Amino acid sequence: MFKIVKKRILNTAGTTIEMVVDAPLVARKCLAGQFIIFRIDEFGERVPLTIADYDREKGTVTIMFQPVGRSTMMLAELNEGDYMLDFVGPLGRPTEMDGLKCVAVVGGGVGCAIAYPVAKAMFAKGIEVDMIAGFRSKDIVMLEPEMKANSTNLYITTDDGSYAEKGFVTDKLKALIESGREYDEVVAIGPGIMMKFVSLATKPYGIKTMVSLNPIMIDGTGMCGGCRVSVGGETKFACVDGPEFDGHLVDWDELLRRGAFYKDEESGQKEHICRMTGGVRNG
Amino acid sequence: MADMSPNKNAMPEQEPQVRNKNFLEVSLGYNADLAKSEANRCLNCKNKPCISGCPVNVRIPEFITKCAEGEFEEAYEIITSTNSLPAVCGRVCPQESQCEGKCVRGIKGEPVAIGRLERFVADLHRANASGAVQTVEKIETNGHRVAVIGSGPAGLTCAGDLARLGYEVTIFEAFHKPGGVLVYGIPEFRLPKAIVQSEIDNLVNQGVKMVTNAVVGRAMSIDELFEEGFEAVFIGSGAGLPQFLNIPGESLLGVYSANEYLTRINLMKAYLPEYETPIKQVKRVAVVGGGNVAMDSARCAKRMGADEVYIVYRRSIEELPARKEEVHHAMEEGVIFKLLNNPIGVIGDENGYVKGIECLQMELGEPDESGRRRPVEIKGSNFVLDVDAVIIAIGTSPNPLIKSTTEGLETNKKGCIIADETAATSRAGVFAGGDAVTGAATVILAMGAGKTAAQSIDQYIRSK
Repeated sequence: MFKIVKKRILNTAGTTIEMVVDAPLVARKCLAGQFIIFRIDEFGERVPLTIADYDREKGTVTIMFQPVGRSTMMLAELNEGDYMLDFVGPLGRPTEMDGLKCVAVVGGGVGCAIAYPVAKAMFAKGIEVDMIAGFRSKDIVMLEPEMKANSTNLYITTDDGSYAEKGFVTDKLKALIESGREYDEVVAIGPGIMMKFVSLATKPYGIKTMVSLNPIMIDGTGMCGGCRVSVGGETKFACVDGPEFDGHLVDWDELLRRGAFYKDEESGQKEHICRMTGGVRNG
Repeated sequence: MADMSPNKNAMPEQEPQVRNKNFLEVSLGYNADLAKSEANRCLNCKNKPCISGCPVNVRIPEFITKCAEGEFEEAYEIITSTNSLPAVCGRVCPQESQCEGKCVRGIKGEPVAIGRLERFVADLHRANASGAVQTVEKIETNGHRVAVIGSGPAGLTCAGDLARLGYEVTIFEAFHKPGGVLVYGIPEFRLPKAIVQSEIDNLVNQGVKMVTNAVVGRAMSIDELFEEGFEAVFIGSGAGLPQFLNIPGESLLGVYSANEYLTRINLMKAYLPEYETPIKQVKRVAVVGGGNVAMDSARCAKRMGADEVYIVYRRSIEELPARKEEVHHAMEEGVIFKLLNNPIGVIGDENGYVKGIECLQMELGEPDESGRRRPVEIKGSNFVLDVDAVIIAIGTSPNPLIKSTTEGLETNKKGCIIADETAATSRAGVFAGGDAVTGAATVILAMGAGKTAAQSIDQYIRSK
């Protein structure tokens, strides 16, 4: 059993939640770019979430998530002092940052919660980090002070212009590149479609672009291949070979298609009757 | 005088057309009368070849004699002095090629049903013990600590034997439930999970520590286990890395590895509505492969409501690597065998969903190096089998995670850890066994390897 020691809502719309979880085994060795898999209770499914932060001394791990499906909605219902049944990690390979001097880290929506620890780790290593964080609108902007404190420059964009610069992250990234900023690498983390467009944007400039893929996973240790992705024509398992891959080599259409495979089952489940209360669960 | 009837006492089973719609156990097991009657068929012969056929050397005639006398609890004691998982072995061992394959009675007629008797004895013990307070006495520890990686059959056996010798054993399991292939791979209808759990509870009652959600190679390395004070490590991490066919269309929606399909069903219980893990309802399924995993996948697909389930296998029925009994059960349940068919591509519709699998017909040529007749393609015999899901069950290889994070641990071309006949690896104090060493094999061979490793670890620590 894994105790939730802290819970915080990260934006005014309440769409992203931060939880600090007591998980000493994970906290001991985890690094930026790695993830965990949680399972709420005996009936729960295994769901991957990126490690947003950690405290080795306290033995805690921080996760940030958007309640979008049943399991994340159920997780959001838990409060400080509550427990989840399983919390396994660290899984996947850590972010590689050897030899990097200047990097743009691009986060989209809740992806900023994943991009932020990568930016933080790189910034702490002395790498120059331009953080570009994109949100749909003002009410879902989050982690601004944290990102600001852990990057050389922070650029926030909103699709509707309700906060900071209006536009998409790709517009901002292109503008920075065009203005002469030279990046050794771009790291893009967010929804699949956003990572695809960042990869397309950097390709003409020949800037290496790493993306953190988010396919469906079950075990997260390489034993099922549910998370397989095509990278440069080869089949890779995102849970052990990734989750970070070269965005210019990823077969995006296949990734996006596979990600939507259980959409019907997921939407149908939202009306499932709760076995505990008899009410509609997370209706 | 022994009962000389040539056939085994039949074991009651669920009717095929009933059981292919539920996940309840197919075989219902002997009762005390059937067990006594079957035990009377044993000649208690002098040479006891059956024992040499058992990888963990259960004292078979001795326990069967107790069965014939109706002393089932004593029979249980005899079995468990060398076998930690009798309820599992009695169900999933390929007895025909092991203990029963050597039985003298098998020369003329059927061998003694050793597996069914072992199963009965273990089940009866469990039934008697349930509700009663567990009285397993903890063994006095010798103060030496051993780490076991993986809680599959190899790890459980090694841990059980070491605990009996007084070692303080900790098992590290990556999944949230212990049991390895016994919980994620072999379906409920062949091996009820409550039985696996009860055998694991026995081990824990004996003092074995079980740490789930612990991925060795990520959360901790083998070197760190030594630093923490473990004096020896046993690697029983299995062969969980699925192989794909590397044919076009394998990333289409509806193509599963058997590991994924079976994990969703067996471990995550996707077939029960109250569990969250989803699985697609499909009508026509092709399972590629001919081993026990292929049979399990096909029989699960049938139970998930598929109307047509095909086994697509490139050789003939003679070469099917699955147990005869499993093939027979699958056929009874309505699984259709497409033999001498080699898949060459999965075909998708405009949305990326599987709509068929293209196969080539084969014929058998000369025997190859494995001694089996090599299948040869019949040119132009291509045809498409209309299916909406494809399950790939062509084998697995060891997961590279431990190898890649342990310096000095030698592996072969196939990624299998190299261990000698004492289970010792290239690293001092590190032992390995089961599928991690052999590649995908059987439960009982893994148990045998776990047993050997426990003896070697005991010797290693004593001689330090």
